[in-house]
Amino acid sequence: MSGLIAWFSSYDGLIIITGILCAVAAALPGNFLVLRRMSLLGDAISHAVLPGLAIAFFLTESRASVPMFVGAVLVGLLTAVLTEWIRDFGSVDEGASMGVVFTTLFALGLVMIVQAADHVDLDPGCVLYGSIESTPLETVLVAGHEIPRAILMLGSVAILNLLFVIVFFKELLISAFDPGMATTAGYSARLMHYLLMVIVAITAVASFETAGNILVVAMFVVPPSTAYLLTTRLSRMIVLSLIIAVASAILGHWSAKAVPGWFGFGSTSIAGMMALCAGLLFLLAALFSPLNGVVVRVYRRMKLARRILAEDVIALLYRLEERQPGRSVPLSEICTRLLSSRVATQWAVTRKVHKGFVELTDGGYRLTAVGQRAAAELVRSHRLWEHYLVTEGISPDVIHRQAEKLEHYTDRELRDRLQTESSAPALDPHGSPIPEERG
Amino acid sequence: MTSATTTSGTTADNASLPLSIQDLTVAWHRKPVIWDVEFDVSPGQLVGIVGPNGAGKSTLLKAVMDLVPRASGRISIFGKPWKQNRNRVGYVPQRESVDWDFPVSVLDVVTMGLYGQIGWCRPVTRRHREIAREALDRVGIGDFADRQISQLSGGQQQRTFLARALVQNADLYLLDEPFAAVDAATEQAIIEILREMRQAGKTAIVIHHDLHTVPTYFDSVVLLNMRVVAQGPTASVFTRENLERTYGGRLTLLDEATEAMRRRERTL
Amino acid sequence: MKWRALLLILLCEPLIASCAQGAELFSAVDVLSTVTTPSLESASSSSQSDSHLSRLIFLRDYNTRVVILGTSLLGMAAGVVGTFTLLRRRALMGDALSHATLPGVGLAFLLAPSLGLDGKSLPVLLTGAALSGLCGVAAIMFVRNMTRLREDAALGIVLSVFFGAGIAVFSVVQKSGGNAAGLETFIYGKAALLSAGDARLIAIIGAGVTFVIVALFRELTLLCFDEGFAASRGYPVLLLDILLMALVVITTIIGLKAVGLILMIALLVIPAAAARFWTDGLAKMTVIAAVCGGASGLLGSALSALFKDLPSGAMIVLVSAALFFVSMIFGTARGVLVRALRRRSLNQAIDREHLLRGLFELLESHSASHGRSDGTAAVSYSELEDLRTWTPRRLRSQLARCKAQNLVQTTTDGRLLLSNEGRTEARRLVHNHRLWELYLMTHAEVAAARVDREADAIEHVLEPELIAKLEALLELEHTESGIPESPHRISPSGTSGAWQGSAGASSAGTETLP
Repeated sequence: MSGLIAWFSSYDGLIIITGILCAVAAALPGNFLVLRRMSLLGDAISHAVLPGLAIAFFLTESRASVPMFVGAVLVGLLTAVLTEWIRDFGSVDEGASMGVVFTTLFALGLVMIVQAADHVDLDPGCVLYGSIESTPLETVLVAGHEIPRAILMLGSVAILNLLFVIVFFKELLISAFDPGMATTAGYSARLMHYLLMVIVAITAVASFETAGNILVVAMFVVPPSTAYLLTTRLSRMIVLSLIIAVASAILGHWSAKAVPGWFGFGSTSIAGMMALCAGLLFLLAALFSPLNGVVVRVYRRMKLARRILAEDVIALLYRLEERQPGRSVPLSEICTRLLSSRVATQWAVTRKVHKGFVELTDGGYRLTAVGQRAAAELVRSHRLWEHYLVTEGISPDVIHRQAEKLEHYTDRELRDRLQTESSAPALDPHGSPIPEERG
Repeated sequence: MTSATTTSGTTADNASLPLSIQDLTVAWHRKPVIWDVEFDVSPGQLVGIVGPNGAGKSTLLKAVMDLVPRASGRISIFGKPWKQNRNRVGYVPQRESVDWDFPVSVLDVVTMGLYGQIGWCRPVTRRHREIAREALDRVGIGDFADRQISQLSGGQQQRTFLARALVQNADLYLLDEPFAAVDAATEQAIIEILREMRQAGKTAIVIHHDLHTVPTYFDSVVLLNMRVVAQGPTASVFTRENLERTYGGRLTLLDEATEAMRRRERTL
Repeated sequence: MKWRALLLILLCEPLIASCAQGAELFSAVDVLSTVTTPSLESASSSSQSDSHLSRLIFLRDYNTRVVILGTSLLGMAAGVVGTFTLLRRRALMGDALSHATLPGVGLAFLLAPSLGLDGKSLPVLLTGAALSGLCGVAAIMFVRNMTRLREDAALGIVLSVFFGAGIAVFSVVQKSGGNAAGLETFIYGKAALLSAGDARLIAIIGAGVTFVIVALFRELTLLCFDEGFAASRGYPVLLLDILLMALVVITTIIGLKAVGLILMIALLVIPAAAARFWTDGLAKMTVIAAVCGGASGLLGSALSALFKDLPSGAMIVLVSAALFFVSMIFGTARGVLVRALRRRSLNQAIDREHLLRGLFELLESHSASHGRSDGTAAVSYSELEDLRTWTPRRLRSQLARCKAQNLVQTTTDGRLLLSNEGRTEARRLVHNHRLWELYLMTHAEVAAARVDREADAIEHVLEPELIAKLEALLELEHTESGIPESPHRISPSGTSGAWQGSAGASSAGTETLP
């Protein structure tokens, strides 16, 4: 335990804590930015605050952090207000109005800072892009302990954001989900919007002054987006986003030292690597999320295609047997009739053989008694559907293809309903007999 | 009420009227959307608003809740402007108006109907969830309470919205096409609930598309095509002549509808 | 017409490019040295003599000339591309993609030596930028198409992750001891360091980008207007989409050095957004955006050259922002002022019509009930006030306006009358109004889209034959007065809709749904 504390108060430990606090502080409001489809707002605000910093500097003639902080937050809020104003008054697309506002403010800030550069050293790079590597160096004395200023600042912001999300959870939820409803229920969606903007501005300013702008911009968007892919509940999404944020901070710190080493370089920017790691975690979630991940979806689609092919095979065998009882069908014929690839068909047939639906006799395949029953169900579904579709007035030319699709999703109950709705036909529209329900 | 009543004398009468619209004109850019609309709705009624596409039906409902600016007119809800009486109005928007991929459960959405009563910064408690669950049972999708909303069918989504409006316990409900693209069972369930609400003395104004169900569903109708073509009790107003005036000279719709109704009856 | 205008831009760019090429003869500026020069002030602070202004105006100063040409061309190209991204509702795509180029720049610098290339040569760096920008495009497509996330999240993720990667690579470059000072210009940009070669590159690529857009104008229009329709007509929507993003990447890359990453976003967004206020036509908008972008580049870099301590990239953006705000207020198609005026005049037209029609109908009913001819049956103010829900102030101001136009007269006892002109006008309004209503009734399916209250003359909107038909109908239905009875309440009533005639149920008076 004491070893852990010692490690955390080491230089690297303090950097990790700073990174974690920044990531957590940003990910909390970030969830709502992502849900409100304003993911780029964090980026916009973090650029737009430049003139706020410059004005605060002009007014106070110092680099004291409180006026700078206030100035930056005010301009951050101004960004949100102006964006909304241009969107509403000019009826400009939200993204475009954001683009206009933040780049203009950024340019304004640059001009101001260059003007001021003659008097004092105020470098945009330094103001905007604080560096997480140097955070442990600047400390303040709190209750007898030397605590890095960054940790104090980001810690308070993280707590503020946590309280904000907990206290206003309900309001944030409803105004993000259905702003109209929120307003009619007496929670002004506009007010909530601006509250969120204040929080975003505070978080952005506090973070990039201490830990750098890349980190906060990434943490606003990436961990919440990752969490969004992993769950279907807002509360879980928030918790998950925090876990992911912490994980990317730790992983980023480690990889900043390790990864460049693999290529024979020294270490690299910790904040940059934290952002990159968040991106990697996102990629993993996008690929492997059990809910809707790319891999899962591909797998499901393949599984379904295989099931359908296997069902098509036994239905085909059934139909062939109807015409020519006792005949066994070679694989090549199945392939040509189903227009399917040899490998896939072989696989499907083998599966059905294993299940005891199909047996291999004289170089060809034939349905077993069990297979007969299963195939009869499918063919019955198919022909019932054809009959039903014709009675619904759909042209007989197209019913086969539709029934072909529907037959794979039709269970006993639906078949019975089809049977009663279409007054228990014996033949389908093409004149083939509809098999009886068995068992 | 007669035409002789004066302005000052009407406030008391208006207070009992769930909705009173006078002289409403809404214009958008250069286009008038609805003009000179006036009608009153008395309590305990199911009122259908019927008209072709682009007739301004949704705009009318939105104007009631001040969601669109109006060029002229006065709207009162139980005798007061919407702002002072908004707790008494429940609004069921069109389904497409929200993002159904949003990470909330069906129960969460229904609970939102109670937010107006819960108040700022207070948490949702178990009691609120129970009320929401009851409402879900009432609309017949109690089993889906814990599902994410994206997993619902169109009909179930509509029922969710209805349940959300139910827990609001409002006196006047405005429903924007609740029957659009829902299955027959849902349509039946919704109309049953609306009838129960009417029994309890509530009023519902429903935008409706399916002409042949109008006479069975609604006590009175407003035929709207930018201006009110006709309004009054369904039996006397919902005539072929008025429908032609609403839907234009070539009214094949009604013929089609009656034909479809006959077909359906035959198959039953 | 539109096409010619577009072609003009297209032709202009290589022309200007050749000028830039000519300029190069006067003094050769090494591309490499500009990338690596750490000195941040060159063009702006070099000369402050009185002749500075005249040197600038006549573009005598070589550096200034190159910078101004380069940035104007850049503005034009960005305006053209930006038009399409704006209409595609992807204004901020440039934001994400410009960040996405960063890791490529760093990696190119880092890896070039091992491939036997010069890591500081501009073509190498820009190739790297283009490659990683295209990776960014792929990443955006992946997130948008393969996950449940929306476009904005896709942009945000690509932006921040690529930016993080870029910073990480830059940091490696710095720590590995390579002289990478010039790389920072890619973030902030230094137009003052533009060389003739850069200007030429901007011109050539800008012309190429414009050419692609002109060539695929129709396809891109369709893509922006209705993606689903384009797909259904067999257009390769995905390919076009990727092409558009690739154009954004290319434009961004040529702008990186001139104005820097963040301000490049501005050039992609602001001119196009400004152009939107002036027109509803796409071709016109493209041209206006190009002009606006070009003007921003020109004025911005000129200002920067003229005054000390004004960074050119920022000035370009501020000029374009100024143009944007001017456009937003004064734009003739969608400007704030125009729309406010239109709204005001629409409301006034509605009020005026209400007033005149109301007066007309009241007078009509008075003369009917008193058996007197018009003129004596004046209307009292209170009757008028009761007629509609207008506030007293609104009614008075409308009345004053009508009196000023000599449409309404006051009798000696303060009652109101229509003048002869007013009568004619009111009759016309009532006639039009009822024609509109009749049109709504007879052509309900199409009517809603065509009713235009502001152009209150129905004749301007509908075909003459249709008007004739409607008028015949009007005559047929209402032979008595030539004007059909109003479905709107005529008798004053404070409460609610007495509207007669149309509904079978209601005959007169206030009606409440039973």
